[in-house]
Amino acid sequence: MFRNQYDTDVTTWSPAGRLFQVEYAMEAVKQGAAAVGLRSTSHVVLATVNKAASDLSSHQRKVFKIDDHIGVAIAGLTADGRVLSRYLRNECINHSFVYESPLPVSRLVVHLADKAQVCTQRSWKRPYGVGLLVAGLDETGAHLYYNCPSGNYFEYQAFAIGSRSQAAKTFMERRFDAFNSYSRDELIKDALFAIKETLQGEKLTSSICTVAVVGIGEPFHMLDQKIIQEVIDSIEIKEDDAAAADQAPIQDEDKSSEAAPMDI
Amino acid sequence: MALRRDWVYENNGGTCVAIAGTDYCVIAADTRLSVGYSIYTRDYSKICKLADKCVMASSGFQGDLKALQKNLAARHLMYQHQHNKQMRCPAMAQLLSNTLYYKRFFPYYTFNILGGLDSDGKGCVYTYDAVGSYERVGYSAQGTGAGLIIPVLDNQLKSPSPLLLPAKDAVTPLSETEAVDLVKDVFASATERDIYTGDKVEIVIVNASGIRQELMELRKD
Repeated sequence: MFRNQYDTDVTTWSPAGRLFQVEYAMEAVKQGAAAVGLRSTSHVVLATVNKAASDLSSHQRKVFKIDDHIGVAIAGLTADGRVLSRYLRNECINHSFVYESPLPVSRLVVHLADKAQVCTQRSWKRPYGVGLLVAGLDETGAHLYYNCPSGNYFEYQAFAIGSRSQAAKTFMERRFDAFNSYSRDELIKDALFAIKETLQGEKLTSSICTVAVVGIGEPFHMLDQKIIQEVIDSIEIKEDDAAAADQAPIQDEDKSSEAAPMDI
Repeated sequence: MALRRDWVYENNGGTCVAIAGTDYCVIAADTRLSVGYSIYTRDYSKICKLADKCVMASSGFQGDLKALQKNLAARHLMYQHQHNKQMRCPAMAQLLSNTLYYKRFFPYYTFNILGGLDSDGKGCVYTYDAVGSYERVGYSAQGTGAGLIIPVLDNQLKSPSPLLLPAKDAVTPLSETEAVDLVKDVFASATERDIYTGDKVEIVIVNASGIRQELMELRKD
């Protein structure tokens, strides 16, 4: 995108019918570190890459618990994400207070989308520079939504946002048909795999990623670093096995009826 | 005679007691809910677990109590989101006081006792009036049977008198089982003379290993 005379105000349309400030806000999301979400019928998994500003500082927090049954992962301006998380938490608490029941996920994302839309139609405001993957469980099942700065939201089986998210999306596009029947652990494994794709060669360790799960009978929580590392190790062992298998075709000929190694 | 038509409160009766020990806290309340000379239910809990180591019991108007408990629970949830940990008893005590004073000119008609473990793991009991004036004490009773119970506690708990100056830490040297037995005795006695106290007593014990609950039957008349 290049600068033009219609992009100064969020309240100025371009002749082509675009609001450039809103689109620039979506660019901010694309610059943030990657976040992915996957959904089965009973569980939703969120995984993010945590960039640290330098070796001396702590890692960014990109996953927030909103309520026992809802969590979000963000990409973009993390400060905006933090503020929106506080808003979402308030909405959930207020709903629980009045109705003594958890806020349905679809209602929450609508509240969030409406809040984002307001910022696209006020000259004294700017759009939120953060995209949110909202993972939640309610009476109607497991849900994964993506809320973007424009005020739009969509429900997804699986999605990835942030930098190099296309690699994760391509990975998931090939496999998403099976996600509904995945077990919780398979979902976590695929989430880490998707994150691995966005790293493009960098080593995946549990210290640079965060994984969170919510599911039936399982309130939203972030997984322990040790557990994440174990899953990463098991992914790597399988990959090493697959590489070794390629190098020993003679032994594999009579095993050709078995499932192929990791299809990456 | 002028008929007051704006009285929005009701006294649902009942009694609450709390006793702080060196490493435990006992909070108890009866389970009778009454209006006037009638009993509405024999099975109503006046005790609410606010945090990991913090329990509140109140007598008075149960409608206001329900609202107060929900208010505090919501504030506690927000605290947990922001600080990633549970509120400690002294913090909750201050929050309760502020919440009560917030409605200074339309009060919560509740007489509260907050019990739990403080930051050092020692038992603590905070006692309140309806508008938030509070004090940390070694033991307390509130409600319709309080007047019958407090003198007995003064006598039996072997704590330094809370009326001494300078104030001495009034935590009781009794053991947990002795304190629980005393609570049971004290409720049985109050039930004999106070018409609003009876049915069952719900006893909650907070100690280092967590929170446990006991129920004891009382006279039903």
